[in-house]
Amino acid sequence: MTQPQFIDFYTILPFTILVAWACLLLLVDLFIPRNRKGITAFLAALGLAGTLGYSVTQIGVSSTGFNGMVSLDGFSTFANILLLASGLFGIALAYGYIKRMGIERGEYYILLLFSVTGMMLMAQAADLIIVFLALELLSIPLYVLSAVSRKLDSEEAGLKYFLLGAFASGFVVYGTALVFGATGTTSLNGIFYAASSGDFSLLLTIGAALILVGFGFKVAAVPFHMWTPDVYQGAPTSITAFMAAGAKIAGFASLFRVFVIAFPLLAPDLTAVLWALSALTMIVGNLAAISQSNIKRMLAYSAIAHAGYILMAFVPYGNKDVMPTAIAAGLFYLVAYTVTNFGSWGVVIALEKAEGKGLELSDYAGLAKKYPALAAAMTVFMLSFIGFPPTLGLIGKFYLFRSAIAGGFTGLAIIGVITSLISAYYYLRVVVNMYMKEGDPVVEREPWLGFTTAVTAIATVVLSFVPQFLFLLAITAGFR
Amino acid sequence: MEFLLQPLTLLTFFPILGVVVILFMNSEMKNAIRWVALVTSLITFGISLWVLGQFNASNPDLQLEAKYAWIHVAGWNIYYYLAVDGLSILLVLLTAFLTPISILSTWTAVEDRVKDFMVFFLLLEVGMTGVFLAQDLFLFYIFWEFTLVPMYFLIGLWGGPRRVYAAIKFFLYTMAGSILMLVAILFLGIQTNTFNIPQMLVRLPDLYATGTITAGTQMLLFLAFTAAFAIKVPMWPLHSWLPDAHVEAPTAGSVILAGVLLKMGTYGFLRFNIPLFPNAAIQAAPWIALFATIGIIYGAAVSFAQADMKKLVAYSSVSHLGFVMLGLFALNPQGVAGAILQMVNHGLSTGALFLLIGMIYEQTHTREIKVYGGLWKITPVFGTLMLISSLSSMGLPGLNGFVGEFTILLGAFGSKAIGNPWYAGISAIGVIMAAIYILYMFQKVFLGPAGEITHHHDLKDLNWREIATVIPLIIFMFWIGLYPKPFFDILAPAVEKLLSALPL
Repeated sequence: MTQPQFIDFYTILPFTILVAWACLLLLVDLFIPRNRKGITAFLAALGLAGTLGYSVTQIGVSSTGFNGMVSLDGFSTFANILLLASGLFGIALAYGYIKRMGIERGEYYILLLFSVTGMMLMAQAADLIIVFLALELLSIPLYVLSAVSRKLDSEEAGLKYFLLGAFASGFVVYGTALVFGATGTTSLNGIFYAASSGDFSLLLTIGAALILVGFGFKVAAVPFHMWTPDVYQGAPTSITAFMAAGAKIAGFASLFRVFVIAFPLLAPDLTAVLWALSALTMIVGNLAAISQSNIKRMLAYSAIAHAGYILMAFVPYGNKDVMPTAIAAGLFYLVAYTVTNFGSWGVVIALEKAEGKGLELSDYAGLAKKYPALAAAMTVFMLSFIGFPPTLGLIGKFYLFRSAIAGGFTGLAIIGVITSLISAYYYLRVVVNMYMKEGDPVVEREPWLGFTTAVTAIATVVLSFVPQFLFLLAITAGFR
Repeated sequence: MEFLLQPLTLLTFFPILGVVVILFMNSEMKNAIRWVALVTSLITFGISLWVLGQFNASNPDLQLEAKYAWIHVAGWNIYYYLAVDGLSILLVLLTAFLTPISILSTWTAVEDRVKDFMVFFLLLEVGMTGVFLAQDLFLFYIFWEFTLVPMYFLIGLWGGPRRVYAAIKFFLYTMAGSILMLVAILFLGIQTNTFNIPQMLVRLPDLYATGTITAGTQMLLFLAFTAAFAIKVPMWPLHSWLPDAHVEAPTAGSVILAGVLLKMGTYGFLRFNIPLFPNAAIQAAPWIALFATIGIIYGAAVSFAQADMKKLVAYSSVSHLGFVMLGLFALNPQGVAGAILQMVNHGLSTGALFLLIGMIYEQTHTREIKVYGGLWKITPVFGTLMLISSLSSMGLPGLNGFVGEFTILLGAFGSKAIGNPWYAGISAIGVIMAAIYILYMFQKVFLGPAGEITHHHDLKDLNWREIATVIPLIIFMFWIGLYPKPFFDILAPAVEKLLSALPL
């Protein structure tokens, strides 16, 4: 083993900056008085913003470090930027909310920073060992954060998330072990060479399948989604919002990288499985969302359904001609999903009261009359989730379905559009409640919350008119 | 960026200016908001006349193009591309014409949330104009789907008692059709490597000739587009959303729904199904004629059984649009030209009927036919306007409806594509049935002994504003009825060009 070189540290620099900042903040937080934890929030956001600024300058840079265990490329930079933005949104949503719910502590923001670092490492990991490390680094802070409120259902959510998360990690570890057994390496490139140099064994296929199951848990794909509604409902809403975006981005980023680089030869065996996984996730997620009356649960099932749409980009991963644009479509949709996701959870937070009140769909009745801007923003988010113009969601779905059809999966695209139709029913129910029912909702007015909903709503609409640069970014970020 | 100042861009997006102004106004300033909306839509109408002035009727091609490479990465080739030709210009004018009329009709009818109403209404105009002008499939799809959103709110917020149900039914029904079209659009986009429709029309024949797109696939694509448009038209048996939407919608919503939104469906057949899938269109023509004929008879028969005036007119739309479909798929110059003219005619006559019914409803809050009677004596102006609109709707010679229906039937009789004169023969019965149900309604409402409403209500005749709302429609009814030549002249070259490309 050689001494680490400059290039090694350069490769993990974005991640290192944030880790160092988080550790420092852990110390600084001790000196910040209990009633002024807003300072911690500000400092945490500053760290994220700084790292974000640095990551933006890295567009187009690529290098590998630590003997190919981590890599920095367009793909990871794209994911990093998205993850750091998610972290910022996560803090903006939490700032007023956790104060109001009486769960404000400095650790909240610091744990969130650690989770983001784990997610970034996940996007950069080019070795199964690092993937596992990153998975734990992103998950453990999230387990704690889910249980941060001392209410019963928050603790239940935390425990449930922990147990199933540990289970999922177990799958990843076991899969890694089998892959190592079959190929003698855990490096993604190494696995590919070992597999392509000879007959790969059944062991490799089983290993890859187990890793897929592990990721399936993380991104909440059916049939590994059972934990999602309970955890999303029980966790503090600001954490749910962050988890629904961040964990999904990181999970998909790693899923894309691991399978595209290490297991392209398994595509003939896995395509049917992925097809079914994607179709099932779309169908079950959307059908289950229909019967929900609690908005958190509804959005949880909707998050499951959207995992299915993103998985659609992953189905043709073994087809060299289609894969680059398909992965780019997946990345693009992740952007659309992230923006819409934070916006919609922001509205949920604005209406949520202590003791979990204000979360039923009927609590949204009459919102449009009292708070027209908020209702209009929520309408934009719902339309974006359906995939309706003029929103980013439509452009995203258009791109996804197009790559599915180009890859020869017209059937999957048809399932996609039909489930979108089904989803229109439950998303519109929110709109019906806001606009067409009488009620007297009370909304918390918090500057950062308002800022987040406004920014995401405007971005959802405006970016749909000028999607070209996002397309370009996503395409250059995809693998070739 | 010069595309931003071209006439068609201005025409499409000018109402946005009104929306922005209204958004900054206090919602209590109801009258000011109404005026802003009305003036905006009148200026838009003015722009549409300017467009007409620049339009060269003898040129069969797309004109006044506003074009900009919008999304041009990785084989996307999506254009912002607006253009107009003889197939669409009348519908564009109709849209710009009916919008201010509808806004005028809401002056006293809409008192609640005037601001939101006008915002949605102007947004709807943007969507509708865009649908008729878009020459890129992606752009078209965006406009097409976008029209659903404001209409959904118009029905759901200002509609009748079952408005929420009607709004959701309208939304889901229409979306169900368009999502299949989306898959077909994407498939076409991938095969031809463009979404630009004129480019697609150049590239498709090769793909058909070489068998890259087989006849079977062509038929599937045709059917996917048909799903979207047939629901919108609506063709029998996909019409069940229409009566609900019409009955619950506010008057202005009904006018626009019948006047313009339904035409988006028939226009879609004209602009996409026929030129993009010529062989499939010829193959399907007899079937479409069959469904159109059933629709004509069914719609007329059901109209006769209605007790609610608005529902009667709504079902009559199913019948009238059956004629339009029959004319389109006759696939000969008379049929298609008659169909396009009939789209305009139906917009005028049904628009007028909905407006007038709305005016009496505003006074009495009922549309039941049986509670009226003897209205003629009390409200002669209202009666006269209603009589003219009714006669126009049933196709009396001298008024517009006759010209359209007659040309369509002429086309359908001699159509090679339909191949059977019986469809036209049976459809002609629909004209007679229309006379029966329309005159039946007229007689029950206006003649005979006074009904309970007529007795107990202090009914007033129309005021100047209400008359001004309907008169422009009446003028066009006479104009098209007595001297339709200028209208046919605008259509003819484009229709000729459309049909000359068909392998008939």
